[in-house]
Amino acid sequence: MTYREALRLGLLKALESDPRVFLMGEDVGAYGGAYAVSKGLYERFGPERIRDTPLSENAFVGAGIGAAMMGMRPIVEVMTINFALLALDQLVHNAATLRHMSGGQISVPLVMRTTSGAGRQLAAQHSHSFEGWFAHIPGIKILAPASVEDAYGMLEFALYDPDPVLIVEYASLFNLEGHLPEKAIPPVNQALVRRAGSSITLVTYGAMVIKALTAAEELASEGISTEVIDLRSLRPLDMATIVTSLTKTHRAVIVDEGWKSGSLAAEIMARIMEEGFYELDAPVERVCTLEVPIPYPRHLEEAAIPQPETIKAAIRRVVAHHV
Amino acid sequence: MSDRVNLPHLPHLLHQMIRIRQFEEKAAELYSSGKFRGFLHLYIGEEAIAAGVMPSLNADDAVVSTYREHGHALARGVSMNSIMAEMYGKVEGCSHGRGGSMHLFDISRKFYGGNAIVAGGLPLAVGMALAMKLRPSSQMGPSTSLAACLFGDGAVAEGAFHESLNLAALWRLPVLFLCENNFYAMGTALHRHQAETDLALKAKGYRIAAHKIDGMDVDAVEKATREAVCKIREGQGPQFLELQTYRFRPHSMFDPDLYRDKSEIEKWRAHDPIVSYSTILKKQGVLDDAQIEHLEAKVREEVQGAVAFAESGTFEPVEMLTRDVYTLEASK
Ligand SMILES: Cc1ncc(C[n+]2csc(CCOP(=O)(O)OP(=O)(O)O)c2C)c(N)n1
Repeated sequence: MTYREALRLGLLKALESDPRVFLMGEDVGAYGGAYAVSKGLYERFGPERIRDTPLSENAFVGAGIGAAMMGMRPIVEVMTINFALLALDQLVHNAATLRHMSGGQISVPLVMRTTSGAGRQLAAQHSHSFEGWFAHIPGIKILAPASVEDAYGMLEFALYDPDPVLIVEYASLFNLEGHLPEKAIPPVNQALVRRAGSSITLVTYGAMVIKALTAAEELASEGISTEVIDLRSLRPLDMATIVTSLTKTHRAVIVDEGWKSGSLAAEIMARIMEEGFYELDAPVERVCTLEVPIPYPRHLEEAAIPQPETIKAAIRRVVAHHV
Repeated sequence: MSDRVNLPHLPHLLHQMIRIRQFEEKAAELYSSGKFRGFLHLYIGEEAIAAGVMPSLNADDAVVSTYREHGHALARGVSMNSIMAEMYGKVEGCSHGRGGSMHLFDISRKFYGGNAIVAGGLPLAVGMALAMKLRPSSQMGPSTSLAACLFGDGAVAEGAFHESLNLAALWRLPVLFLCENNFYAMGTALHRHQAETDLALKAKGYRIAAHKIDGMDVDAVEKATREAVCKIREGQGPQFLELQTYRFRPHSMFDPDLYRDKSEIEKWRAHDPIVSYSTILKKQGVLDDAQIEHLEAKVREEVQGAVAFAESGTFEPVEMLTRDVYTLEASK
């Protein structure tokens, strides 16, 4: 079972179990989804519920918001998070604000799905990770499935949520192998310890979880025991899980595929200062994407984004640090 | 719409226009005396549109509007008290004081704002109409409902306008597009922001039936809306009305109004929709001067009552500030 198939099964289950659910986006139907996630659904559910849209991100995300306000449970797919910028207006000014601005009268149970992440040589307009920008906005929630279980299970949570939820999927994880969850996945607002360790806490999310786990395995032979935390929810952030881990390891590295300046990693670092400062035995380090537009050539792209090697180097530095 | 002053013997359309006019004149006065702040966009001169449009809409239809929406809200049946309280930022306001003049919401009237991003309401209306088309009718009301969306000529320049018209037409959705063409987007005259100033033509380009209507003539607006609504309910897809009108006041209270001639304003004032309609009603023998004065006096009472209601309202305690960002408090 791949991450892609798990996403598809999640969609299938949602469409089967609730007549209010429909999927809408560019090429979700006849084409089968830009990443083949919705393949076969059009044939099964028809063009009303698997709705191909024109290239009108702002309007169809806004239409998803309007339909959600009227009691439907739309799942709006935006091909990649890069194109989601064309829908920022509707997301920020309507989805995120309507409830508060109307004095609590309006709910927007919108689910928006999109893909993020570099690693496929798609250059500077198809490779950036804007999750951190979206996480800046109160009024929406952001989920980042980094496992087959979450790829399958998070959608149900998102559809159940009365507020707008953005699910960020990772193009580089679509072929990740794993198993469907046997029971319900842990609540999506909880971060999960993907690998237990005692020397250092590695906080990350999305595609970087896999690289973090690789780095952690490789460091084990050097006697460094790395605890890897998968945030799963980027907003709200589960700081309790991070601080609990710090009370054991007293050291942390944050890995974020976004750019360092103003990043989600910066936010987590700041919160560690606020909530876990006295637990620390060493300054926290961040491994982020270099502050350049992601370039096309493979070697430059690889150099721009966090890699197991750069993660390991950061971990070694922080573990070696003594006051 | 329960709180409407009950004057069955007097024509409803005139009554609504007078309510809007008097409410707005009072709002301008209160604003100038510092009773409330923020932006205030007056609708004075454009009342025939709100008054003419709303009677054709059902309680189940959704209305999406702009920041120049006091008139729309009043004519839709949002209580004047709750609108005035909203201007004051009081909890008794229709948006609990959170929105102010530009963000009036009242879901009991299916009045969905109050959108201050130019053209931001169009995609919402499209989605609401999509939901009306898709939803199992047994579950959530009759499928003949529609979404009415009001916006200005300025919105026509935005991408959201074009994306939304195309979607509505492509999917034959029950959307009534109501373009209030007052010939200015803030200080930029229509011919200075549109290469093609025939706005109905743009809708036709998306294969949407469109008509140009004299928006200063409340009867014409009422008739055109009734016909368009009827076509939508018959399943003919979206309809577009370009309602030509004029705002007598500056864009907002901050606008020194330097971009247009006083003579142009005077020319349009000669077509004041309230004066014109009163004259017609008198000529037809429907009303006489005394009855009109009586009507005005009734509305003055309603406005005074709204001011008193707002003045005696309360401000939301600061402890409530972070409420309603999410539905469940635990979500933060
Ligand atoms: C997206 C966006 N751009 C700019 C503004 C600033 N602005 C507010 S109203 C306005 C003019 C809009 O004119 P029009 O749509 O004709 O409506 P009117 O004010 O005449 O009713 C502008 C430029 C805005 N609110 N939203």
